[in-house]
Amino acid sequence: MQAKEIVVPTSSISMLRKPDPLSDTLMTVSLGPQHPSTHGVLRLELVLDGETVVKAIPDIGYLHTGIEKTMEKEKWQQVVTVTCRMDYLNSMGNDLGYCLAVEKLMGVDVPKRAQDLRVLFTELNRLSSHLVWFGTHAMDIGAMTAFFYAFTERELILDLYECATGARLHQSYFIIGGARWDLPDTFIPLCDEFLKGFPKFLDECKRLVTGNRIFQRRTQGVGVMKKDEAISWGLSGPTLRGSGVNWDIRKSEPYSGYDTYDFNVPVYDSCDVWARYLVRMDEMEESWKICVEALKRLREPGEHIANHPKLKLPERDLMKQHIDVMIHHFLIASEGFTVPIGEVYQSIESARGEIGFHVVSDGTERPYRVHVRAPSFINLSALPAMVEGSLIADVVAVIGSIDIVLGDVDR
Amino acid sequence: MSQNLEQTQNTTRYPRYADASLIRSRFTGAVEEIIEAASEITLVAKREGLAELMTWLRDEPSLRFNYLSDISGVDLGEFASPRFAVAYHLYSLDHNHRLRVKVFLEEDDARVPTMWNVWKSSNWLEREVYDMFGVTFDGHPDLRRILMPADYDGHPLRKDFPIKGY
Repeated sequence: MQAKEIVVPTSSISMLRKPDPLSDTLMTVSLGPQHPSTHGVLRLELVLDGETVVKAIPDIGYLHTGIEKTMEKEKWQQVVTVTCRMDYLNSMGNDLGYCLAVEKLMGVDVPKRAQDLRVLFTELNRLSSHLVWFGTHAMDIGAMTAFFYAFTERELILDLYECATGARLHQSYFIIGGARWDLPDTFIPLCDEFLKGFPKFLDECKRLVTGNRIFQRRTQGVGVMKKDEAISWGLSGPTLRGSGVNWDIRKSEPYSGYDTYDFNVPVYDSCDVWARYLVRMDEMEESWKICVEALKRLREPGEHIANHPKLKLPERDLMKQHIDVMIHHFLIASEGFTVPIGEVYQSIESARGEIGFHVVSDGTERPYRVHVRAPSFINLSALPAMVEGSLIADVVAVIGSIDIVLGDVDR
Repeated sequence: MSQNLEQTQNTTRYPRYADASLIRSRFTGAVEEIIEAASEITLVAKREGLAELMTWLRDEPSLRFNYLSDISGVDLGEFASPRFAVAYHLYSLDHNHRLRVKVFLEEDDARVPTMWNVWKSSNWLEREVYDMFGVTFDGHPDLRRILMPADYDGHPLRKDFPIKGY
C-alpha cells in the first residue's frame, strides 16, 4: 500500500512558524543603574538567550565615596560618623563593629548598660532594615501593598531613634567606649508601646505575603545556592542561613553580651529565595524577643560609657574647679586620643551578614588603615552564580533576596 | 591614672584564634613568623608556597578554614620596604576559630597568587585590593578594577595618593 503524499498547505500558521532571525543571537541588556529593583545604583550586564540569562556581570562602584580613605584622616572617635553612612539601613550595626574593633585594640571593657543599649539599638536596626527589605522585596515580585505596611511600621522605629539619638538615619549613637549619651525619660514608654504592637504587625505581614501562592511560585526553587557553594562564596547572614548553614556571629562569637540573651537562629535548607525570605521573617521575631529583654534590662540605671580617661569626658563641675581637668577635656576634644600600635579584625552580625573591620593603628590619633568587609559586597559577588541559567524575571527576585545595600557594596 | 588602667581586668570575650604552632611545624619553609597580639594570631607567610599553605589550611581536619572572611590590603608607607601587606582573614565554620595570614610585598614586585581556586569569595576581594593598591593577583580569572572606573589612573588607598584626589 502506498502512503498518501502529505501536502503541506502554505497557510498562515506555517507563516508564523518562520524561524526567528534572532533565535541564535545572544542579546546584551543593561539592567540598571537607574532601576527600582536594583535597590540603589547596581548595574547588571545581562547576556540573554531569549529570556534565559546566560551570563550576568555586576558592575558596581557608582556609589563609591572612598569611605576607607576618609577614615584615615578622621580621628578615632570621629570615624563613627562615617561608618554609619556605609550601610545606611543598618547604620548602628556598622558603628558597633568599628567601636568593638577599637575597644579590642585599646583593651577597654564596656559597662553593662552600654552593652544593653547597643544590643537594643542594633536589634531595632535589624528590624527596621528587614522591614525595608520586606517591603521592597515583595514589591519587586509584584506585591505592592506590603511596602506600605512595612514602611509605616519602620517609621515608628525611626521615631524611636529620633527620640534617643536625635537623628533618624545616621545616628552615630555608639562611640568608642559605649553610647554617646543615656536614654531620655520618654524613650522607654515609647519603645514599650512599639514592641507591644510589633508581633501583631508581623503576623499581618506573614498573612499578607507568606501564604500568597504567587509569591511562593516566584520564589521557590529560584536562585539556588547549595550549602558548600555558599560557604565557598563567602555568603553570610540570612543569605547563608537560607542555604542551611547554621552560623550566626551573635551565637558563635558573642559580643556585647549576646550570650546572655535567649534567642534562636532560624535556618532553612531549601537554598532558594523562599528560604531566605523565611529566615528573615523568623529573624524579625527573634530580634523582637531580644529587644523586649534588652528593654527590660535598661530599666535599671547604670553607666552608659566606659570609665576610661580617654573615652569618658570629665564632669562639667570638676572642669570648672580644676585647670588640669579642663586641659584634659580640651585635649581629648581637640586633639583626640591615641590608640596602641597593632591591628585587629572584629566582625559582627549585621542585618546583611558578617560586617568586619580590619583596623590598623600606628599609635597616633587617627586610624592608619580601616578595611571594611562589607557583607553586601561579598553576597553580591555570588549573584552571577545564582542567576545564570534562570529567567530574567528571577534576577529581580534574587537581588531582593540577598538584600544588598549599595552604600555598603561600594563604600 | 595609668595605674588604674593596668589594674583593670579585661573581661570582654573575644573571638577564638587557632593554634598556629601546628602550621609552623608542617610548613617550616612558608611560615616566617607567628605574631600574637591583641588576642589575635597573625601568621606571616612567604609568598612562595602561599597557595599550597592556604589549600592545606582549608583541608586540614584540625583547622578547616573553609571560610574566607576578608582580604585587606595595607600600604605601609611610600618609603617602606616591604611596602604592601595583604592580610587574609580566615574563619572555620566547623571549629569556630579564626586566623590572619599576612604576606608582605615589595613595591616593584607587588604580586601574589590568587586564592580563587581555594575560596570563591576571593574573587571580588582580590579585585578590590588590586583596584585600591595595585597589587596583582596571579591567575585571577577576571582581574579588573571594581570600584573605580575602568580608565582610572592611580590606586586611591595608597598612602601617596592625595586625600582630595588628583
